[in-house]
Amino acid sequence: MPRKISEYIIESLIKLSGFLVIIFVFLIFLFLLRDSLSLFRVYRVGEFLFGRNWLPISEPPKFGIVPLLLGSIYVTVGAIIICVPMGVAAAMFIAEVAPASLKHILKSLVEILASIPSVVLGFIGIVWLSPFLKHTFALPTGMCGLTGSLLLAFMALPTIISISEDALVGVPRTYKEAAFGLGATRWQALWRIVLPCASSGIIAGVMLGIGRVIGETMVVMMVTGNSPVVPVSILQPLRTLTATIAGEMGETVSGSEHYFALFAVGLVLFIITFIINFIADSCLRRARK
Amino acid sequence: MVKETIIKTVNLNCYFGPLQVLKNLNLEIYKNEIFGIIGPANSGKTTFLRALNRLNYLNTSYSQSGEIFLASQNLKSINDNILRKKIGIIFALPEVLPISIYNNIAYGPKVHGITDKDTVNQIVEDALKKAYLWDEVKDRLNEPAVKLSGGQQQRLCIARTLAVGPDVVLYDEHCSGLDPISTAKIEDAMQQLKKDYTQILVTNNTKQAARVSERCAFFLMGELIEIGETAALFTNPSDKRTDDYITGRFG
Amino acid sequence: MSAEGKKMNAAKIREKIAFSVLGLVTLFVVMPILMIIFYIVKNSIGAINWEFVTQPPRNGMKEGGIFPAIVGTIVLVVGTMLFSLPLSVLSAIYLVEYAKDNFFTRSIKLSVVNLSGIPSIVYGLFGFTLFVLFLKLGTSILAGSLTLAIMSLPVIITATKEALESVPVSFREISLSLGATRWQTVRYCVLPYALPGILTGTVLSLSRAAGETAPILFTVAAFYLPRLPRSVFDQVMALPYHLYVIATQVPNIPVALSFATCFVLIALVFLMNLVSIVLRAHFRKKKLW
Repeated sequence: MPRKISEYIIESLIKLSGFLVIIFVFLIFLFLLRDSLSLFRVYRVGEFLFGRNWLPISEPPKFGIVPLLLGSIYVTVGAIIICVPMGVAAAMFIAEVAPASLKHILKSLVEILASIPSVVLGFIGIVWLSPFLKHTFALPTGMCGLTGSLLLAFMALPTIISISEDALVGVPRTYKEAAFGLGATRWQALWRIVLPCASSGIIAGVMLGIGRVIGETMVVMMVTGNSPVVPVSILQPLRTLTATIAGEMGETVSGSEHYFALFAVGLVLFIITFIINFIADSCLRRARK
Repeated sequence: MVKETIIKTVNLNCYFGPLQVLKNLNLEIYKNEIFGIIGPANSGKTTFLRALNRLNYLNTSYSQSGEIFLASQNLKSINDNILRKKIGIIFALPEVLPISIYNNIAYGPKVHGITDKDTVNQIVEDALKKAYLWDEVKDRLNEPAVKLSGGQQQRLCIARTLAVGPDVVLYDEHCSGLDPISTAKIEDAMQQLKKDYTQILVTNNTKQAARVSERCAFFLMGELIEIGETAALFTNPSDKRTDDYITGRFG
Repeated sequence: MSAEGKKMNAAKIREKIAFSVLGLVTLFVVMPILMIIFYIVKNSIGAINWEFVTQPPRNGMKEGGIFPAIVGTIVLVVGTMLFSLPLSVLSAIYLVEYAKDNFFTRSIKLSVVNLSGIPSIVYGLFGFTLFVLFLKLGTSILAGSLTLAIMSLPVIITATKEALESVPVSFREISLSLGATRWQTVRYCVLPYALPGILTGTVLSLSRAAGETAPILFTVAAFYLPRLPRSVFDQVMALPYHLYVIATQVPNIPVALSFATCFVLIALVFLMNLVSIVLRAHFRKKKLW
């Protein structure tokens, strides 16, 4: 019967599609690995992971990613310090304090923030934030880790706010009502009962925010100064893993050591974000149960 | 008149995960009869019903052992969708698709490949008449089915099941949510359907079973306790547990 | 006043302070969003005109418009949708309607989580090495769209999954009990009712793809390409990449032009977001169950 055959085809396509999703993850890993291994054939892995000099065009070239790794870590930590308290506080306000109409407006604004392309934020960084910081802190240039952290914090806020808000709203009403029954004010119930209950969900949200920030490319490439040296303070130019790939790829020759080194950096990024997202997702799933 | 067996179970055991819900069930159901199944909650009545048209498998933890035969054919040799065409089911709560009355009933014939408009029209009309619903809806077949009352929706469910032309119709406590008038209409319809269909009725309402069925089975905690002619079962049950349930000492 | 009363008062005061702080923080989160939009609009008013939006660039980008970039972005968005929508919907159908709870299914779900966490630059690397080099597509619309499509997979899959899961289980039971096959059930009783959710999720995902720079850096983007693309193997200009380049690498471009480009980009992204919101509201009104 023709109907049976067409149905068999479509059901096979459906099963194949599910399979393809797994294939893509493997493909990405494999292609990164393949070109990274080409580097490790001529350059020691230890030198790569722990070397403190990233000098791809010197003779001989040095591909130590410590300055890049530290650069990524500095901006990420800086961003997290800013956006976690702000994000959780805003989530608390939206979830528990704001009246319904205001809640709607606030959530829409957060959604608008989430949709702003990263290159636009980078642009704002260049034309406004960077000169502002340079002026305020009397820096030689406004292109430093702090500029990046501020913008990245702003970018990660929607993730943290929406997941934290979900976590807060997900706390059973009975807990709050029990607290009220014992005479607690709304703030006391929020701070002492609801927040701790929602903490695992919030932590998952923070981890997802971290993953987003570490993986961000355009903002850091435009405002952090792109100086691949081990950063001492956040007020100096630095370079992240992501910006290295984006910035230097255009200057490499396909098949050169430099080219493979950038893929190795990509592999490191892939593994780091893989781990962070895996942990975050496990936390989220546990929190939902 | 020789009674022809249409459904037969042999050593049927049903499990949801590790929990055994039906134990060693052996029974036979004859063609064109109305067969009632009574018993308290969690006796396995619904599980038995849904084992007949393999709806239990929608639950991923379900497993079963034993054999079920439909007119001497082992169920395992029939494809799911053909089986469910032959054995239809009416659920406890009337659930209709959010489409017109006509399309709700035409859906069954459509998925079985009947596309000719006139044929479908005739099928819809016949089904609605058999379900005692035609007069009430014949002028508004294109209205959304959700606008019907509960009793009408349940009769719609009966009509859509009849529209695919089954041999057996299963009723899973189908009047539990209905008022007495709707219930009476449906029971009338069931009596009229006897000549063309075999009907199996699961009910928590022993009085309904007494009214409607010809033979009856009493299930208790997954086991078939007693089976026999309805009148005899109700007036003179052989097992004490049957007697206790029917007289209301427990349940 | 009794000791009890004093304690109550103190608690109430603390609550007022706490809630005010939360509100203040939320203000700090929300105000910059509006300020950024206002800032961009204000500074681009001078340069936004019909010519800017409809003319190709002239004189090395110092004059003329950005029409090719707008077209390029739209073309990439359409390409992304063509490649990612069918695959995503089929995968989601597999996960919700066909998959059993086994290792294979869990792998697919884990893969979706992974894909959503991979940094955009890593997608760019992958797209470069798979589509541009390995499959020999060259830097082209095809390579760029495919890269963006893989990036969009997790978002559309998740949105489709949620849409499918929101269709009442009873619809499937009714259909199956009447003797329909699994695929018939999905096609007639599930998919039509999930379509709204799928649509809104897709438009949202595409609006994100429109603003992405990193994945198109090495796979399709060109800077100064005054003529429109003639085939899918052509390179193309794109708004995010264009903004990045004129903000960081091309000197002597009138600042108003950069702001104007930025404005067009966020206007496009916001427009797509708006479409998704309007769709969502429209379907919510028509909710049939």
